[in-house]
Amino acid sequence: MSDIASRVKAIIVDKLGVDENEVVAEASFTNDLGADSLDTVELIMEFEKEFDIQIPDDQAENIATVGQAISYIEEAKK
Amino acid sequence: MELKRVVVTGLGALTPIGNTVEEYWDALIAGKSGAAPVTHFDPEKFKTKFACEVKNFEVTDFIHRREARRMDKFSQYAMVASDEAIADSKLDLESINKLRVGVIWGAGIGGLETFQEEVINYANGDGTPKFNPFFIPKMIADIAPGNISIKYGFMGPNYTTVSACASSANAMIDALNNIRLGHCDVIVTGGSEAAVTIAGMGGFNAMHAMSTRNDDPKSASRPFDANRDGFVLGEGAGAIVLEEYEHAKARGAKIYAEVVGGGLSSDAYHMTAPHPDGIGVIAVMKNCLQNAGMQAEDVDHINTHGTSTPLGDVAELKAITEVFGEHAKNININSTKSMTGHLLGAAGAIEAIASILAIEHGIVPPTINHSTVDENIDPSLNLTLNKPQKRDVKVAMSNTFGFGGHNACVLFKKLD
Repeated sequence: MSDIASRVKAIIVDKLGVDENEVVAEASFTNDLGADSLDTVELIMEFEKEFDIQIPDDQAENIATVGQAISYIEEAKK
Repeated sequence: MELKRVVVTGLGALTPIGNTVEEYWDALIAGKSGAAPVTHFDPEKFKTKFACEVKNFEVTDFIHRREARRMDKFSQYAMVASDEAIADSKLDLESINKLRVGVIWGAGIGGLETFQEEVINYANGDGTPKFNPFFIPKMIADIAPGNISIKYGFMGPNYTTVSACASSANAMIDALNNIRLGHCDVIVTGGSEAAVTIAGMGGFNAMHAMSTRNDDPKSASRPFDANRDGFVLGEGAGAIVLEEYEHAKARGAKIYAEVVGGGLSSDAYHMTAPHPDGIGVIAVMKNCLQNAGMQAEDVDHINTHGTSTPLGDVAELKAITEVFGEHAKNININSTKSMTGHLLGAAGAIEAIASILAIEHGIVPPTINHSTVDENIDPSLNLTLNKPQKRDVKVAMSNTFGFGGHNACVLFKKLD
């Protein structure tokens, strides 16, 4: 697992209070990990802070799964 | 229309001297002080370095970490005390009509720590707003009853009353009236506060409202003592299940006491100072007796607001003498704030619980830390000093007054 992937997963485990084993690439924040609309906003903010990036709202809407978050951040950090 | 009778069928407490109702009552009777050096933050530069904090409390023992982090401490305390009260009431949560169960809560401030942290975070940044999406819903004073209703599915009236230190007494009176009028069968009421934070301590210190007896925190809250020098800030929650009498009887509920009346008034005088002649306080006790249809002579016990401030304590006792006349000296008067400190918006709730348990056990908890007589206080009054007193309490009054001049008074009666 890449460094980015492990940091993303750590944030999700911390913020959503879920078990690490549930945080798989295809897991949806809302459907699988129990996040509500406020949780997803907070997750995006935490990703921005952790990786020192800006995620515009229109792009944040497309980040719905763990895998999508990791790919977006890996792309942004290139 | 005939008003319904309202009774107490469940109690919950999370206080600086005990984390359950049983622990709280034992500490009240033992005369235990909850004051100690502040641990929630470093108080080194503060004029007051002690408070009555909740102790040995790990929120995740009660609430899942995921839920707990979405709540300010005042909400967490509310949830824990309500859980205890609802369990104590033995309400059948499967069969009860949840449309007729409300939650009416009291909080003087709300999520002060959440507010403080978010603003500090902003001030430390570059000016770009990076507020957490949970900031507002964690902070707002009404979120505590919101959270309770979400957990239990109670769909009746749901809101928070805000009247500073009278908040939870206001909540109880609203709960009483909603049940009296037939709007609800059951209401979870009470209050919570968590203001032992830098903003709370700094703010109250700036008002010169708090004791600065840093060399002896445990004796700092000394209502009615000549050397009292201000209140001691406390935190925690009290929860009370109020229920329509026939509803409680039909399900064979344990009934602690009947709530027979509530009084409300305003000083209309000053933002923070009590009226020197206590006109609003006299009015609120008279209103309460009238509301209950009782006479001054019926009252056996008064749990005073008694915060240990120089002006407030004397004004309240003068008002009691004015309202109760000759009978005042027959009343067991106390201030349990001598032990718990001042829980602000939760004060009315935990003190109501102390009054209800005084009825239940036939013992009045003491006013501790009294050593020097105040010449301005009528010596014929029984202030229940330093030791609990056995007393068959049939009727107990609980007073609370808030900054802004808000006065609230609730009357409890042993069930016939």
